[in-house]
Amino acid sequence: MMTERTPRVLLAKPGLDGHDRGVKVVALALRDAGFEVIYTGLRQSPEAIVNIAAQEAVDVIGLSILSGSHLPICARMRDVIEEAGLEDKLWIVGGNIPHGDRPKLEKLGVNRVFPTGSPFDEIVSYLKEQLP
Amino acid sequence: MSPKKIDLEPVVLESGIEVKPVYGPDDVRASATDLPVGGPGEFPFTRGIHKLMYRARPWTMRQYSGFGTAEDTNQRFHYLIERGQTGLNVAFDLPSQIGLDSDDPMAAGEVGRVGMSVDTLADMETAFEGVDLNKITVSLTINGSATTMIAMYAAMAEKRGYDLQSLRGTAQNDILKEFVGRSTWIFPVEPSVKLVGDTIEYCAQHIPKYSPVSVCGYHIRESGANPVQEMAYAFLIAKAYTDHSLARGLDIDEFAGRLSFNFDIHGNLFEQVAKFRAGRRLWASIVKGYGAKNPKSMWLRMIAGGGGGGLTIEQPENNIARGAYYALISALSGTQTMALCSYDEAYTIPTEKAARISLRTMQILIHEMGLTDTVDPLGGSYFVETLTNEMEVKIRAVMDEVEQQGGIVKAISEGAIQAQVARQAYLYEKGVFDGTVKKVGVNVFREEEGDDDHDVSYHPFNEEDTARQLAKLAKVRAERDSAAVESCLAALKEAATRGDNVMPATIEAVKAMATVGEITGVLKSVYGAYQEPLAF
Repeated sequence: MMTERTPRVLLAKPGLDGHDRGVKVVALALRDAGFEVIYTGLRQSPEAIVNIAAQEAVDVIGLSILSGSHLPICARMRDVIEEAGLEDKLWIVGGNIPHGDRPKLEKLGVNRVFPTGSPFDEIVSYLKEQLP
Repeated sequence: MSPKKIDLEPVVLESGIEVKPVYGPDDVRASATDLPVGGPGEFPFTRGIHKLMYRARPWTMRQYSGFGTAEDTNQRFHYLIERGQTGLNVAFDLPSQIGLDSDDPMAAGEVGRVGMSVDTLADMETAFEGVDLNKITVSLTINGSATTMIAMYAAMAEKRGYDLQSLRGTAQNDILKEFVGRSTWIFPVEPSVKLVGDTIEYCAQHIPKYSPVSVCGYHIRESGANPVQEMAYAFLIAKAYTDHSLARGLDIDEFAGRLSFNFDIHGNLFEQVAKFRAGRRLWASIVKGYGAKNPKSMWLRMIAGGGGGGLTIEQPENNIARGAYYALISALSGTQTMALCSYDEAYTIPTEKAARISLRTMQILIHEMGLTDTVDPLGGSYFVETLTNEMEVKIRAVMDEVEQQGGIVKAISEGAIQAQVARQAYLYEKGVFDGTVKKVGVNVFREEEGDDDHDVSYHPFNEEDTARQLAKLAKVRAERDSAAVESCLAALKEAATRGDNVMPATIEAVKAMATVGEITGVLKSVYGAYQEPLAF
């Protein structure tokens, strides 16, 4: 069930990847679905992303990665999330993520991977289910 | 007996033009604009910039390639050249593209990942070992750090004994579109445009056959723009560089002939062909309006192909068929150079096999399909001529609208174009999800199991490449004359601070083995860094 407060989603682009069509489209879709969306812009370090997540008290941290660097980036991300004690946040990753890498990301603590082409409905209903 | 009435669903192209079931001479007449069709090789070049087009020389085949170290990339270059490729299109890794050295902490995990890693002139030299730069023209897909990479390319060529007066090649170097899509910007908008101006001026004076800028509608379309906006925004951007260069005192005929373009091909075949035919004559009339005398200044020289946005992760082998149609469209459109996204490119750096299939696709068009036999084979079609007229009107209208609102530089600085393009990408995706936009294998004719990912092998990312690159960089740093590097960097800083053309000082710096990161660092200390407007 959704709480009174509008759920807040942080969408971020870690690393140097400049492909931001997908993340902007998902931001617009989530906004239309009633979420509050904060988008970091490009080239964010895991530290910067986690700082914003803490300051803005977001419910969801969403990363968009299309450069193929998702494994090293998410490994660093996990360490920073743990240091900041934000393991309770829902952590999702979208982008060009090969099938074989999805379990690896889940092992790092990613709650759900939404590969390129995931329908908006699927993302929205997943978030609505998972958020208290 | 009254004829049976058939209710037809309306057909509306992405550009908003409604397609009639039948076209005739009246449609061509009714839609005519002020610009004539003209003959090939004649103003306004609707039918092609050359009289004989492919009959005299087929398009250049230039697959985008590069990965890992310069050694890895050099091998791929030779692989493609040995198989009949006639040009090179260099992919750089992200650190090189945004001016970071491989040993920069921000570059961790990104070295050699999406292209080849270049830190110093030594890498540029390795990349082109054994490549005859008179026979194979090289296009550098580089933007944010373009001044440095053009300097390295020129220094490399000069070191190998090529005469800069006759050296050909292209740099993408279209920074304004990077703010809209692709995003390898470094500096704020204004100094970024100034740096593009530096390369235009320097090349006009010292490397006159080199094309310093390839204005890209391509990435704007990939980011969500429709074909009309793709052309309109590209022309506005090209006009911005032109205005800047004229303001620096260059004559239009000194540089306009060396501006080239890069456009995207996916979507409706006829809409794309009409887009290029309309674009060619519109650009010719724009340049003529600047007072150009040389017809070559008015040529819309272009690379067209790619079509990455049209490819799908689902049923990836279908992308081979899509690529073949994109190549066909490109040939019917009179492009000078073709590059195709490979069928696995929605996932990964193409395998040798995938890159070869793309090359063979273009060669089949030349050798089996008769696409080079006659000029502009769709010219004179009632439909294509009408659509060409309608596209010209639409492109002009979008250009006028942006100009009335203060121009493209302002619109990009404020994020207005980015917002417009993102909104359109959203509407397109919504259309795919609700089925109003049909994509085969995605929302129609899906396979139930294993639709994505099968039969695609991923380019192996080699951690050892990073180690080798870091070792090479460390060796160069240790062996170079650091006092010389320091003084070159100081001279560069002085030139940038004074507002001089930075190219001469950059060339001296790269010859002294200054790194991409060091040179970019100096420029950043003068110009500052770009901050993205995030309103969308």
